[in-house]
Amino acid sequence: MSGSSVLFDAPGPKARRRSRITSVIVTLVVIGGLAAIGIVLGQPREAAGGITLPGVWDASRWDVVTNPALWSQIGGGVLNTLKAALVAAALALVLGVVFALLRTARTRWVRVPATIVLEFLRGMPVLLMMLFILLAFSSGSYLAVVLGLGLYNGAIIGEALRAGIASLPKGQREAGLSIGLTPFATRMRIEFPQAFRQMLPIVVAQLVVLLKDTSLGFIVGYPELIRTTMNNLGSALGNKYLFTLFIITLVIYLVMNLLLSAFARWLARRSDRAQRGGAEPEKPGGGDAPGAEPGPAAAVQAR
Amino acid sequence: MNVIIDNLDRYFSGFVLTLQLFVVAGIAALIIGTVVAIMRISPVGALRTFATVYTEVVRNTPLTLILFFFAFVAPQLGLGLDYKFLAMIGLSLYTSPFVAEALRSGVNGVPIGQAEAARSIGLGFGQTVTQVVLPQAVRMTIPPLINVMIALVKNTSVAGGFFVAELVTIGKELANANGNAVIPVLLGVATFYLLITIPLGILAGYLEKKWAVSR
Repeated sequence: MSGSSVLFDAPGPKARRRSRITSVIVTLVVIGGLAAIGIVLGQPREAAGGITLPGVWDASRWDVVTNPALWSQIGGGVLNTLKAALVAAALALVLGVVFALLRTARTRWVRVPATIVLEFLRGMPVLLMMLFILLAFSSGSYLAVVLGLGLYNGAIIGEALRAGIASLPKGQREAGLSIGLTPFATRMRIEFPQAFRQMLPIVVAQLVVLLKDTSLGFIVGYPELIRTTMNNLGSALGNKYLFTLFIITLVIYLVMNLLLSAFARWLARRSDRAQRGGAEPEKPGGGDAPGAEPGPAAAVQAR
Repeated sequence: MNVIIDNLDRYFSGFVLTLQLFVVAGIAALIIGTVVAIMRISPVGALRTFATVYTEVVRNTPLTLILFFFAFVAPQLGLGLDYKFLAMIGLSLYTSPFVAEALRSGVNGVPIGQAEAARSIGLGFGQTVTQVVLPQAVRMTIPPLINVMIALVKNTSVAGGFFVAELVTIGKELANANGNAVIPVLLGVATFYLLITIPLGILAGYLEKKWAVSR
């Protein structure tokens, strides 16, 4: 791997040895650090009220994992998270298309208000939007989560699609108009499919963000995964199991998000190749950071 | 409208707290993120692996869960600090991988010939990175970095769910106290956020345009 980078020489025997020694030292330091944290966490601890809690690795703090009732509750939380994320994602995609259409409308009376509303939606925290829907319309927490996420992410996806349309060659639109399609039909049938394809990695990366943001339901009272595990189960089982529940929740989120991210990366690579019209693995990168512009074409692969 | 004017001092107290969270966490995230980014492009394999794992794990954990850890689980494990500081730690950790990724994509965006030229005149890894690649990468990195910072401003609102009385918490309290004026109260909160995010967004767009033509 390191031989392929231009940032440093292809290492000779001496450098390779040095790098291997550094690697070993770093690995030892990291493992040592983690072990130290683990040992500190594993110490029994005096809790409030003079009760001594066993260390976090003690079996008595993990015995709940064999309880099927726990898992059925967690399963319910995961389902609620996925349900909110799916509905919000569908809403965000539809709104994204609508926003992009309004934002690129030819009449100024449509374009300017749409721009202002979009800037407003993008500049606000999602949590504030959820609270707004919850308090101003007393909508209930599920609707607040779904509508808040749908509006916010719709605005971001709309902006991405607009950038995609703007980056198309002018000839695409001209060709559509010249074969007699109406301006609207040109937009929907010629420009949108291309813009959508180009922006697909960014759109999917945004959906990963959306999935993570369903966790804000914890704050507005929607029983998604974190509220189920950390709040409901946490208070039912007592503080003794809080760390255990935290680790379980963390692992579930990591699995869900890493799967979706891997899918996004696969999609980015695939559409990259399709656009090139052949398998030329020339441009790495793409939609790696959520919200990042596709802009700086990655040329040096420094790893 | 009167509700906002009557409670302007409360709005300001929330705004100050939001700004504090933003500035402290922003600076800390820049420092941690830079270290992670350098580890990620370094010649030492273990450093690269460590940085990659760190980035993937933190980036794929919801901020709510991270802040929950610092607000509820960490005190149990003996890390008893003020909730404000705990929220700052959580926000810094959560933002750092996004900073690292922005920096890394900037480094990747520098044409390969630049690094080759630097290497061919005999500069080492450190010199190549600090003298040639980073100065150019920074230009391509600043606009995405500003976008990361805008996201951080908005993310400070999550700390409101964990005992930090920043803008959103103030808004929630005022809305509960003035049931007939919920919409103006919350629009007032939104205005304060827009005061930070919109200028930052305009700055990012301006810098992007200004620097795009320079090469």
